[in-house]
Amino acid sequence: MGENKLALEVNDVSIKFNLSKEKLDSLKEYMIKFLKRQIKYDEFWALKNVSFTLNKGDRLGILGLNGAGKSTLLKVIAGVYKPTTGTVKKHGKIAPMLELGAGFDPQYTGRENIFLYGAVLGFSKEFLKSKYDEIVAFSELEKFIDVPLKNYSSGMRARLGFAIATIVEPEILILDEVLSVGDAKFKKKSEARIMSMFDKGVTVLFVSHSLEQVKRLCNKAIILEQGQIVASGDVEEVAEIYEQKTK
Amino acid sequence: MNRYVSGFCQYRLLLWELVKKGIKLKYRRSYLGIIWTLLEPLLQTAVLTIVFGTLLGTRTKNFAVYILAGRLLYSFFSGATNGAMRAIRANSAMIKKVYVPKYLYPLSAVLFNYIIFLISLIVLVIVCLFFKVYPTWNLLYAFLPLFLILPFSLGVGMILGTVSVFFRDMEYLWGVALMLIMYTSAIFYDPTNILKSEYALVLKLNPLFCLISNFRAAVFNDPINWKMMAYAAAASVVVMILGFYMFYKKQDKFILHI
Repeated sequence: MGENKLALEVNDVSIKFNLSKEKLDSLKEYMIKFLKRQIKYDEFWALKNVSFTLNKGDRLGILGLNGAGKSTLLKVIAGVYKPTTGTVKKHGKIAPMLELGAGFDPQYTGRENIFLYGAVLGFSKEFLKSKYDEIVAFSELEKFIDVPLKNYSSGMRARLGFAIATIVEPEILILDEVLSVGDAKFKKKSEARIMSMFDKGVTVLFVSHSLEQVKRLCNKAIILEQGQIVASGDVEEVAEIYEQKTK
Repeated sequence: MNRYVSGFCQYRLLLWELVKKGIKLKYRRSYLGIIWTLLEPLLQTAVLTIVFGTLLGTRTKNFAVYILAGRLLYSFFSGATNGAMRAIRANSAMIKKVYVPKYLYPLSAVLFNYIIFLISLIVLVIVCLFFKVYPTWNLLYAFLPLFLILPFSLGVGMILGTVSVFFRDMEYLWGVALMLIMYTSAIFYDPTNILKSEYALVLKLNPLFCLISNFRAAVFNDPINWKMMAYAAAASVVVMILGFYMFYKKQDKFILHI
């Protein structure tokens, strides 16, 4: 039951950025150009007519070179960018793991940051309190939990971020190369946790430059090139195309 | 609308966390901590009383109470509007990475300043008792300006917050504007003469002056000027609607400018 239920619909999404062409140094210059309507922007379409749908339990790998629009696509799906045209429909709770610990405050201690970042992700206080010990244990930061975050190493910070973000079981999981968090030991642990989510049928969007990883984790894939989808389908087929492209 | 209500409920904890963060971090690493909330207005009032009272010879009785009452309201207004104006840029790292309703940032900046403001009213109580300004029933009217200043500051803050994302110069312009607002709010002088002159409108058009003078009237057991109170209330409502409307219309563009 629910096997073929849609989890995510991306309909014809395009997003345009204006890159200002010339540097206007003064307000006067700006006003003159503005009145003459001479301010020129380079239009830049970071995404163009991107459409795809995912069923529940699908794991989509997003491939592409740097600047192809992979992260922009994830941010549109996470709701950070609003598409210039097109729509994104999500069915279920989304866990964006774009950059772990985006809501952290360096002056706050680890303990305070758990509640702050948890609130950013939309969790309730009771929930965070009940999961607090689990978060601390998973991140292995018992000794440092009352130390301000600015004294943490980047690995410690990422571990804490990962532990908080994965404390819920979301319906849609967005992974932007976060599987490379921390040392080898923690990497194993975090991969195990992600895998257990996979087993429970979570829908995944996964960006990685490692083709091998995408093949291992995903069942579907798309290739983005200059903001457009140039190939999509089963991971094996798409991976082959990608291999030839990057030769 | 329903979506906004449920969104607000979901992010209630975040709003509270942001407010708490503002309060906690404001005084962290200072030795006296939260006591500064009380000490700062007290010391500043002492300076102002010496300069404008003793040196410039405004020898009204209870001049210290007069100054403190005005200064507390003004410094809330300036702190809250400045905080809301910078809120989007200050939280740009978060805005770029996770989706959170953006109005939470200016709102939390105003609320955290409001809580600090309410705490600092304790100083006013102490100073009033010290100078033998005792409460009367009239003091109940003080709640009106104390409440109205919140939507007024929030509205102004939302407008500034929206504008300054696209037009960074606003931060400097607002610094100048705040100075003008301070002088037309009659914080450390007695405005009686100006109010009688042809320039009375300059003060009366400033909603903050209306709030401050009515607040003082409530404290000193003087008659409330209901015309000014109504004007300030109307200004608060208009400014708040305008602020939220502007913010709502432009919020999707913020990300491209921070």
